[in-house]
Amino acid sequence: MAADQSARQMSGAEMVIRALVDQGVDVIFGYPGGAVLPIYDALFQQNHVRHILVRHEQGAVHAAEGYARSTGKVGVVLVTSGPGATNAVTGLTDALMDSVPLVCLTGQVPTHLIGNDAFQEADTTGITRPCTKHNYLVKDVNKLAQVIHEAFFVARTGRPGPVVVDLPKDVLFAPGTYRPPEDIPPRKSYKPQTQPDPARVQQAADLIMSAKRPLFYGGGGIVNSGPRACQLFAELVKLTGFPCTLTLMGLGAFPASDPQYLGLVGMHGTFESNNAMHDCDVMINVGARFDDRVTGKVPAFSPGSKKIHVDIDPSSINKNVTVDVALVGDAAETLTALIAALKAKGFKPDAGKIAPWWKQISVWRARNSLAYAKNDKVIKPQYAIERLYALTRGKDTYITTEVGQHQMWAAQLFKFETPFHWMTSGGLGTMGYGLPAAMGVQIAHPGALVIDIAGEASILMNIQEMSTICQYKLPVKVFILNNQYMGMVRQWQELLHGGRYSQSYSEALPDFVKLADAFGAVGLRADKPDDVDRVIKEMLAVDKAVIADIAVDPAENCYPMIPSGKAHNEMLLGPGDKQSSGPLSEEGMVLV
Amino acid sequence: MTASETVEKHTIAVLVDNEPGVLARVIGLFSGRGYNIESLTVAEIDTANGLSRITIVTSGTPMIIEQIKNQLNRLVPIHRVHDLTAEGQPIERELALIRVKGQGDGLAESRRQAEKLGARTVVSTAESLIFEITDTTEKLNEFIGKMQPLGLVDVSRTGVVAIARGAGKF
Repeated sequence: MAADQSARQMSGAEMVIRALVDQGVDVIFGYPGGAVLPIYDALFQQNHVRHILVRHEQGAVHAAEGYARSTGKVGVVLVTSGPGATNAVTGLTDALMDSVPLVCLTGQVPTHLIGNDAFQEADTTGITRPCTKHNYLVKDVNKLAQVIHEAFFVARTGRPGPVVVDLPKDVLFAPGTYRPPEDIPPRKSYKPQTQPDPARVQQAADLIMSAKRPLFYGGGGIVNSGPRACQLFAELVKLTGFPCTLTLMGLGAFPASDPQYLGLVGMHGTFESNNAMHDCDVMINVGARFDDRVTGKVPAFSPGSKKIHVDIDPSSINKNVTVDVALVGDAAETLTALIAALKAKGFKPDAGKIAPWWKQISVWRARNSLAYAKNDKVIKPQYAIERLYALTRGKDTYITTEVGQHQMWAAQLFKFETPFHWMTSGGLGTMGYGLPAAMGVQIAHPGALVIDIAGEASILMNIQEMSTICQYKLPVKVFILNNQYMGMVRQWQELLHGGRYSQSYSEALPDFVKLADAFGAVGLRADKPDDVDRVIKEMLAVDKAVIADIAVDPAENCYPMIPSGKAHNEMLLGPGDKQSSGPLSEEGMVLV
Repeated sequence: MTASETVEKHTIAVLVDNEPGVLARVIGLFSGRGYNIESLTVAEIDTANGLSRITIVTSGTPMIIEQIKNQLNRLVPIHRVHDLTAEGQPIERELALIRVKGQGDGLAESRRQAEKLGARTVVSTAESLIFEITDTTEKLNEFIGKMQPLGLVDVSRTGVVAIARGAGKF
């Protein structure tokens, strides 16, 4: 007992490392600085936790997001006080919006200096309160272990999210008693509901059985719940024979090659997905949140349907869209209950009943809304993605993206059969996400093929992480669709602002081949369609980081598109389609 | 305007861990999501367990009120959220201290009015009176309105505290 007690005596900094080890953490992403020096000293003297040195704290957070999203584990970040913490804010907000479990440890000035405008002081808990699921300032070394364990619990349970633990330097030096996770009592005020209300499960089952024009609408919540939820979701979709669409965050939750899959839904979703959303009579939303990118104009959103909504976060229910049956609970638990209820009621798929609906869907499908005008002189961005997909099939491929047109083309055209292989910034739309995220994915999956599908503007937002990638010899592939414009900005300016391309042209771009070389990576370039396959093959053959600069058509727009403020059945399908749904309303213009 | 768009006033009671930043979380939630706060009171009510009770008077459509409750429930240090208005007519009280400046007849008149409305005189000098009144918000408004022409110079109000009817525990 006495020996056990003395083994638990240690400094705050040693406690941080011990707590990480006890939480099963084997890698953290960070950047040192004055306030966290004691932790870096403790890191130096152990071999359990590997530290990846990023080049900017935002990169550390996105890397931890990539790590978390591709493994289902909590991502861990370590940054210093002041600028270290403020640089992490964008990543934390990104993780909050996309429900990514993270623990971010921030250094802080010593407790007696807090509030004194000390060097590298920032009110970290104040700044991060609205962009974290929860945050802590630890003022007593004897509470440190408990706080870190609780932080991990809060980050990974319920609707996952980022948690910040702010650590003043004097607390890191102070001696205290460590407490292992099993000694920590659960926090009474935090009990996420995981089991759905059984009566509502029955109502949902009845509604599903009554449907003539049903549609599954799956989101990131299924992926977040885990592989079991994805399997159960697929089982339910197959059991019913209903069509299924997925959100940007949900890609991979249902196999894209399955004939029941209609493709991406929302602003740049397929014609069949969006029309099915609009015309369905029963919508079964599992783990999606009726985001504005999906709903379009809310009063015109799926006007004739009864809606079932499965979500672990009660505040997602009836936030944007009023639903008929709300099932608050974990996706896996709720799907298990729903499948059991359907079986107990003797549900048998009735192909005849939904045959007219499938017939209608096949008419929409035949419109082939992802088609584009092929060209043998200029590389079409869609062509580049199609070739990338074709040439990487059968490999264990993880895709990350930046934000913009390239992201939407990747979401439309790259087909995901399994979850955890698609990492993108959905809610916050953070340019600069993809490269550090790819780095985190590659750290978690050293043997896998990790590709950041990027734009030439986004990639420059965190390009410094190429240095990290080269330091750790990570064979990340950066596939830049270089159209010399902030493509999505340009598209909106063309469609909504009279073609006045204000500040959206990427002037003075670097030579990406030389840039890759300067970092110690391999640079490749494709200028015409004939180059594309060769460049992709070369990129895949190199066991090093690669930047592939693909010069694509600068004028290409991403279709289909639901213009802001329009309904799902008012999509623009291509360049010739500008006027088909009438001019944009003033209300629509102010939407982003 | 449909029924679902009607703006309602609700009194919400929240039981929280009394820890640094908890009030900032609640207030930040309201400002960050654009909800109204008409009044907010907070005090520790259980020292042994370190629990505080926050009473918030807010307004919004039924959908917004539902959102406010769900969003509050999401905060980690929050134990319980009760919509006292939805659960039945709660007992609501507010306390005000007000100062009236004047002389002779004027002060006598304000003292008469105050007694009629159940206010208590706490400090009395030749030039001013300080009244204390504990009642509903409406009664306080009425009292302050009456004092306005009689030399009202200073008002301090607590905001609403509320408790549910019946024998139940919060």
